[in-house]
Amino acid sequence: MTELERRLATPPSSAPFDVRAATTALAQRATEAGLMDVAYGSLDSPLGKLIVAVTPRGVVRIAYEGEVEEGVLQELAEGVSPRVLRAPERTDAARRELEGYFAGTVRRFGLPIDWSLVHGFAVGVLQATAHVPFGHVATYGEMAASAGSPRAARAAGNALHINPIPIVVPCHRIVPASGGIGGYGGGEDRKRFLLDLEGALPV
Amino acid sequence: MRLPPFQSLVDAHAAELHRFLVASVGPADAEDCLQETLLSALRAYPRLRDASHLRAWLYTIAQHKATDAMRRTARHRSEDIDGIDPRHLSEPQHELADDVLWTRVRALPPKQREAIVHRFVFDLAYKEIGLRTGTTEEAARQNVATGLRRLRMEVDR
Repeated sequence: MTELERRLATPPSSAPFDVRAATTALAQRATEAGLMDVAYGSLDSPLGKLIVAVTPRGVVRIAYEGEVEEGVLQELAEGVSPRVLRAPERTDAARRELEGYFAGTVRRFGLPIDWSLVHGFAVGVLQATAHVPFGHVATYGEMAASAGSPRAARAAGNALHINPIPIVVPCHRIVPASGGIGGYGGGEDRKRFLLDLEGALPV
Repeated sequence: MRLPPFQSLVDAHAAELHRFLVASVGPADAEDCLQETLLSALRAYPRLRDASHLRAWLYTIAQHKATDAMRRTARHRSEDIDGIDPRHLSEPQHELADDVLWTRVRALPPKQREAIVHRFVFDLAYKEIGLRTGTTEEAARQNVATGLRRLRMEVDR
């Protein structure tokens, strides 16, 4: 190696690179340029860490801890837009409402919802579910009926099981007509916790 | 088409792109160049047809941004020279030898500059340089050799 090559192998020094700061700066510029299609952040809740993703239209995804973050982000990239950026400050409004909900001060979410990840029969089921108020429960059959298919309780259950926006679209308020609390995409313990929080746990 | 979420590109490649840009345009402009690179990439991203060469794609954009930045710097420099009043000249600043060398590297034609940075700053083999810059192993070798020859003439003078 020549003297010149040795000197070339010693690159010019600079301040250490901070990927967090670079991401924050990029998120700011992307927002100004109208390129912030999906922003995500996380939130510590009594049910564990939540990933919260928003678009300019509203909340598009809430994921419980236990779902793999890469999988959730890939789902957003394919189902909404590949322009997915970590931008917690863009999710502040959503995170504040969720914190208020867990603290008992928010009983009705005012957040707009982006339904991009919901398709087919599930649209009607989940939109009906979004209208079930805090502290109330409804049955799978009633949600199926609201979606136009009174006999499709099982299909309604499946749609609720893969609800991309749990808590805000309160699929935990939907229970079997036969009694009990039924299943939950995030696990039955979480469903019980949420119903208990709302004072709606069936005895 | 399965494009990964853009954030994963930032997490995987922003640091090395920054290093590439520090060498290519200098520490003062690297941060801004990186932001422009990422923003341009973000803008074009959903239209990409091929997700298998994302790193080379990012380097291509970074190289273009570096070339633009060097052009701007060169323009400013010539404007500065036009405006210099000889009565106000102070003693020449002592420059470190390596600063002079890197200034020369940055003034190389873009393909040579890029190849030199990949070869020496990242210690890459020619084949890998070809992959990252979207050219061939042989072209990478040529660009490094030509760039080195030029630097030797200028620096060893």
